[in-house]
Amino acid sequence: MNIPRFWRKINNRYNLMGTKCENCGQTYFPPRNICPNCRREGEIVEHSFEDEIGELITYTIIRSAAEDHEKETPYILGIIELEENTRLTSQIVNCEIEDVEIGMKLKPVFRKLGEQSKDGLLFYGVKFSPIGKEE
Amino acid sequence: MTGIVSYGVYVPKYRIKVEEIAKVWKEDPESIKKGLKVNQKSAPGQDEDTATIAVEAARNAIKRQEISGEEIEAIYVGSESHPYAVKPTATIVAEAIKATPNLTAADYEFACKAGTAGIQNCMGLVNSDMAKMGMAIGADVSQGAPGDALEYTAGSGGAAYIIGKEDVIAKIKKTTSYTTDTPDFWRREGERYPRHGGRFTGKPGYFSHVIGATKSLMDKMDTEPNEYDYAVFHQPNGKFPVRAAKKLGFNKKQYQDCLVVNKIGNTYSGSTLIGLASVLDESSPGDKIIATSYGSGAGSDSFHIEVTSKIKEVREKGPKVNYFLEESKYLSYGEYARNKEKVR
Repeated sequence: MNIPRFWRKINNRYNLMGTKCENCGQTYFPPRNICPNCRREGEIVEHSFEDEIGELITYTIIRSAAEDHEKETPYILGIIELEENTRLTSQIVNCEIEDVEIGMKLKPVFRKLGEQSKDGLLFYGVKFSPIGKEE
Repeated sequence: MTGIVSYGVYVPKYRIKVEEIAKVWKEDPESIKKGLKVNQKSAPGQDEDTATIAVEAARNAIKRQEISGEEIEAIYVGSESHPYAVKPTATIVAEAIKATPNLTAADYEFACKAGTAGIQNCMGLVNSDMAKMGMAIGADVSQGAPGDALEYTAGSGGAAYIIGKEDVIAKIKKTTSYTTDTPDFWRREGERYPRHGGRFTGKPGYFSHVIGATKSLMDKMDTEPNEYDYAVFHQPNGKFPVRAAKKLGFNKKQYQDCLVVNKIGNTYSGSTLIGLASVLDESSPGDKIIATSYGSGAGSDSFHIEVTSKIKEVREKGPKVNYFLEESKYLSYGEYARNKEKVR
C-alpha cells in the first residue's frame, strides 16, 4: 500500500469511520460517497462504528496466506455485521481456531495490520476480538 | 487541584511461564522463580506492539470518564520499545482517540520511568493552564535477549493517565524526582536487545533512586510511611519493590495490592502505572498513595496521591487490572519467539 493511500484512510481504519445516508438510514463501511439506494436524494454524512459490538456472520481459516501475512497463519478471517446490515471483513484475534463460532459477539480492537517492508511504514487499524467475560 | 481525571490499562492476553523459558536454556526454573519472585510474564500477540497497547490503554482511559478526545491537549507516550526509531507513537495514539489536530504530542524514553515523566509534564502544562487535560502513557513490549536473565521478566503492557484539574478521581499533591547518571542498563542505537550491569542494577541503580525519591517526597510533604494506605514501586521483579518498601518502613498491607509482576512480568514503562491502577481499582475516597517509578540510567519520580469521592463512579466504567490478569493464554517458547520476532 502506498503512503498517501494509507494516510487518506487513517480515520476510517483507526476509528471505524464509515458513512450514513440520512435519507434512508443505511450505514456503510468502507465509507461510500453516495447512497446506492437513494442516489441524489440521499445525504451522506460521517458515521462512527467504533463503539459497536459486531456479530460474526461467517468465517474462514487462512492457512496459506499472501506473502505479507504468511508468518501469521493459521488465522481467522471473518465477515462481521455491525448495525443496519453493514458488513465488513476483518481478522478475528484473541480467539483460538477451535473457539470461533458463527454468531459470536465481537468488539473492535486496535492492531497492526501489516507493514510496507521491514524498513517501511507500519499500518495500523481495527481488527475484531471476542468480547471478554466482564464486558 | 491537578490530579488524575481517568486511567486505563491494557495487557495482552498471552503469557509464558518461567518453566517454558528455562527448559530451552537448560536452567533450573525453581531457582529462577525463587530468585526473581516471578512465575510468568505477559507477551504480545503477533500484531501487537507499543503503539497498539498505548491506544488500547488510552481508549480505556477515555471510556472511564466519557471524555472527548478533543479535550486532550497533550499526549506523551513513554516507552523503550517505540515501534519507530523516528516517527512518534504519540501521533498514532492521538489519531486513534480523535484528539488531533489541536494538541501537542511527543514520545519519551527513560527506560522504565518514561511514563511517569509524561505525567509530570502533563501536570506542568495543566498547572500553568497551557492545556486543559493531558494524557501520559507508559507502554512497552520490552525486550530480553534470548538466554539473558531479562528474558524471564521482560513483559508487555501499558497504562494511560489523563491529567487535569476538574473531576479528578485522585489529587496529585506533590511530585519529586531523583536523577543521576548511573549506567546500569542500556541499549545502543540500532541494537535489538538491551544490556545491563547484572547486580549493579540493584543497589546503585534501583534502590538508591527509588529510596532517594521516596524519602525526598516524604520530607517535602512532612509525612511518615505509616500515613499512607498504599505504597507503589516499580516492579522489575518480585523482590526489589518488596525490599525497597521494607527499607523505607512500609508494611506488607501497604505494598502487596500493587504487586502484579509475578503474573505479567516487568512491563517496563507500564510497570509503576499498572501497579498504581491496581491500587486505584480498589482504593476508597481519602486514601493516600505514594507511588515511585524507576528508570535505569537512572532516575525515579515519586508522587503523593490522595483519592477523591469521584473514584467510585469512574472506575467501574473501564476494565480493571484484575480483568487483564485473569484472561490469559499460555505460549510455548516457539510461539513466544514468533510473536516477539525473535525468529525472523
